[in-house]
Amino acid sequence: MKKVYSRPSSLKEAHFHYCPGCGHAIVNRLLAEIIDEMNLRDSAICVAPAGCGMLVYNYFDIDTLESAHGRGAAVATGIKRVRPDNLVFSYQGDGDLAAIGTAESFHAANRGELITVIFVNNGVYGMTGGQMAPTTVIDQVTTTTPSGRASNQAGHPVRMCEVLAVLDGTSYLERVAVNKPAAITAAKKAIAKAFQHQLNRTGFSMVEVLSPCPTNWKMGTIEACKWIDDVMSKQFPLGVVKEVKC
Amino acid sequence: MKRLMSGNAAAGEAAVLAGCTCYFGYPITPQNELTEYMAKRIPEIGGVFIQSESEIAAINMVLGASVAGARAMTSSSGPGISLKQEGISYLAADELPAVILNMVRGGPGMGNISPAQSDYLQATRGGGHGDYRTIVLAPSSVQEIADLMPLAFDLAEKYRNPVVVLGDGMLGQMMEPVSFDHITKGDTYPKDYTLTGAKGRASRMVRSLLFDVKEEEEHNWKLSRKYRRIEQNEVRYETYLIEDAKMVVVAYGTSARIAKGAITRLRRENLKVGMIRPITLWPFPAKIIQDTAKQIHDFFVFEMSAGQLIEDVRLALEGKGHVHFYGRPGGIIPTPVELYRIISRHYYQAERSRKS
Repeated sequence: MKKVYSRPSSLKEAHFHYCPGCGHAIVNRLLAEIIDEMNLRDSAICVAPAGCGMLVYNYFDIDTLESAHGRGAAVATGIKRVRPDNLVFSYQGDGDLAAIGTAESFHAANRGELITVIFVNNGVYGMTGGQMAPTTVIDQVTTTTPSGRASNQAGHPVRMCEVLAVLDGTSYLERVAVNKPAAITAAKKAIAKAFQHQLNRTGFSMVEVLSPCPTNWKMGTIEACKWIDDVMSKQFPLGVVKEVKC
Repeated sequence: MKRLMSGNAAAGEAAVLAGCTCYFGYPITPQNELTEYMAKRIPEIGGVFIQSESEIAAINMVLGASVAGARAMTSSSGPGISLKQEGISYLAADELPAVILNMVRGGPGMGNISPAQSDYLQATRGGGHGDYRTIVLAPSSVQEIADLMPLAFDLAEKYRNPVVVLGDGMLGQMMEPVSFDHITKGDTYPKDYTLTGAKGRASRMVRSLLFDVKEEEEHNWKLSRKYRRIEQNEVRYETYLIEDAKMVVVAYGTSARIAKGAITRLRRENLKVGMIRPITLWPFPAKIIQDTAKQIHDFFVFEMSAGQLIEDVRLALEGKGHVHFYGRPGGIIPTPVELYRIISRHYYQAERSRKS
């Protein structure tokens, strides 16, 4: 029988620890597929975050370092500067990238570090139990915004792609989602393109992935996918935010 | 050949000659001359220099460069070193080599930019969270900075552990003749932990998260066994005129130099004072203090802080002997004459109490 679909070879034979309906597993698989297809398994170095994505080293069959919370872009900078011929990407969540690690992300982008950031935005701190993230949308209920996020008390959701777009060091910034098959196909293309920008040494690249977190959103899996279309993507519009000629 | 250089610049030159190819730092007085020296020197060897956005970023860049296989360092002073503690804890947990130089200034808080020794406990007790230690080297001259930088890189790689070089604003900024003729890149150690891309081998992971408490405990014991090996093998100190001494000063770095000046004056008056100068603050030279305590009752701890080194001296003595103390915190540099007066007063008091 002809095999039409199988585990990417850059993905270890392991069970994902992610909750049912979580988008991380999809993003992990997409990355492994792209690493296979672009023949990058031998050169790829991943920087894992603190947060739900931190256990990616249990899944990726590539060299991986676990970074302190928020410091992914700084650690990736150190690795990439020493090993400019390797593909270096950091995998970060919204709290990691846009709260505690804002300075590291912003300045790595501003220096035009030739790294790629895979930014999984699910609007909450997942691993610690669903607290407000910098990307939590207005009125969204979390464990630390029990009446919903109020802008006068907790500020506004941060659009990181748009923030980084004004920096001259960035070359490719796109926001995608993994809530339905067509979106997943687009997400895969975006990540491959971001890697290509790094390989072509064009500049800093980042793909922001709107990702469902049914557990902490207190939703069913289908409802969570729908919520990305109905609410989240209104605050975080999908598409290419910045693309410099590669 | 000797060159007239500041301690900060000499640290940079010695690091480069010892094979350091990566420097990451953020400006803070009194160590800016090192960052500026590296900004010129590192590009000459095709290395990596980044003025980072913060000390936190700098130490994490060091971590990245280290895991990628390079000899990497950062430097700062008190307030910046506090920010680096997160990264130092991760370096220790991940067992990655790195060299961190602290040209200590008066504290706490913003403090000032004058020389101090108030970061002793932070440096020797790990400094960040968790059960770990850093090797701490304490030079007392510009030449000794140049001598200890290669040792710092060597020990960092030998034990795969962060090494702190603890100076102060005076050592960093004063200029002295210094020779680099003896510096080599030293030994090479296996790099079977570095992340280089998994070409032709199994993929590697470098991490400190161990959810399994048994695994985490074993990791802690593994680190602990390494620290015991370091304690057995890497203690370094200098003794000065202790053979006939009736009182022994314990001091390190700049304080030890001031103490030598004071001891010269005390000896002229036939006061039998010697000195033990720890060069490694961790591992602490406890044994020489214990051995000395078999002959000598009176120890005199002198440091430019309100009393930090004194804790290790007391721990080493385990209740034996008497510990005298003189400290000047806050960025004050006492003169040898001042210290001579204080020590002689304590010396005569001790002599009287021995007789009575």
